[in-house]
Amino acid sequence: MIDVKNLSKSFDGKPVLCGITEHIYPGEKVVIIGPSGSGKSTFLRCLNLLETPDSGEITFDGAVITDPKVKIDEVRRQMGMVFQHFNLFPNMTIRKNIMLAPVQTGLMKSDEAAENAMALLRRVNLEDKADAYPSQLSGGQKQRIAIVRALAMKPKVMLFDEPTSALDPEMVGEVLEVMKELAAEGMTMVVVTHEMGFAREVGTRVLFMGDGTIMEQNTPRELFEHPQCERLQSFLAKVL
Amino acid sequence: MAELYTEWKALMTAGGELSGWQTFFVKFYQAFIDADRWQLYLSGVGTTLMVTAMALVIGVVLGVFVALVRTAHDQQRRGRHNPVLGVLNAICKVYTTVIRGTPVMVQLLIFSFVIFVNSRNFTMVGAFGLGLNSGAYVSEIIRGGLMSVDPGQMEAGRSLGMNYFTVMRFIIIPQAIKAILPALGNEFIILLKDTSLISVIGGKELIYAAQGILSRTYEAMYPLLGAAAIYLVLVMAFTWLLGRLERRLRKSDRR
Repeated sequence: MIDVKNLSKSFDGKPVLCGITEHIYPGEKVVIIGPSGSGKSTFLRCLNLLETPDSGEITFDGAVITDPKVKIDEVRRQMGMVFQHFNLFPNMTIRKNIMLAPVQTGLMKSDEAAENAMALLRRVNLEDKADAYPSQLSGGQKQRIAIVRALAMKPKVMLFDEPTSALDPEMVGEVLEVMKELAAEGMTMVVVTHEMGFAREVGTRVLFMGDGTIMEQNTPRELFEHPQCERLQSFLAKVL
Repeated sequence: MAELYTEWKALMTAGGELSGWQTFFVKFYQAFIDADRWQLYLSGVGTTLMVTAMALVIGVVLGVFVALVRTAHDQQRRGRHNPVLGVLNAICKVYTTVIRGTPVMVQLLIFSFVIFVNSRNFTMVGAFGLGLNSGAYVSEIIRGGLMSVDPGQMEAGRSLGMNYFTVMRFIIIPQAIKAILPALGNEFIILLKDTSLISVIGGKELIYAAQGILSRTYEAMYPLLGAAAIYLVLVMAFTWLLGRLERRLRKSDRR
């Protein structure tokens, strides 16, 4: 579904990604772990071109999206993204937050989008917040809204960039619960996270990144129980 | 009153002794009331306000354009530079650098005596010059406002598949306006005071009126203090109005 070939990226001469080649299959739940500064967020942000790679090729659904001629907005409509800091739009209500993109991109008519928004809000038990503003919500509520806002575009893939890192501990669970449901429905997901429990439970494959490369990958069970490389062993010893 | 003025004025020119109060009365009457001079101030204030409004409109239109060009240029993805935008951006940069790097007085003189040398409508030339000057400052105010919005907002909007202009219109600009409006109000007040400069190229605003009266009566203090007082009242009134506007904006922020 997403094919990455030889992806490289550097910031101000400092290499962040060094020739990553990877394939993400439909229905997979790929979890990316690794120490901070290892390039996992940058890798994820390259997938929908929020970061422009220096070199390499990314193919999504048969289209080479790193090609300058490709219509990037149309590609992004099929890739939902959830950010660490939620990035809800503070100047509009929750309902408008969810409706804006489907209506503006011509995916839905306004009343259809409103109905869809309510259905999505019901799904995360936040329908009573439809007319609230983001500043009135807790972190966990904001992130659940951010997830359904991305889902409103009916994406084929969901990218999660440390979705629980900015949350108070007691709110992590409610967000992970929504993500688990989504996974159970068969959504293709790429998740950068520090939640090892989530990686173990939901991931179909775990990538361990370090120094801009994928150092090791395996099924969660194998990766956590029999880590091969030394870096992964010391990383797991610190976080588990 | 008019008789008293003529009597004391005659006494004064004859070199007679007048009390302090009588001198004040004569000079005040001469500066503001005699020969209906208050009308000159009034029409001066009218021109001042009109020039301010015109310069503000020109400044805001120019400023918005320059700010949008420069922001759009800076936010292009690397390796995908639009050549048209590049040229426009270069022009805008030269414009802001030159305008902000030279005195507004010099700009007005150049406008009047070099560029529009054949125009007799000095007031309009002045308004145009001030507007062009103000545009450079307004563009920086707007650019600052746009940049003050969290970059995550643009990323979130784009990640949903909306194009740059849609995100700007619905997400970035509404949030930037809260930062822009107070600074723009300040620029408006500076502009109001700077209109006095167009008197040097013959613009017929408040100071022009005061100077006219000065040269007729050979008395500087009363017309100039009067003009200063009028500016002060205008500025205080607008400051008060802007303060109210700002409070209202902040209120809507606290929902």
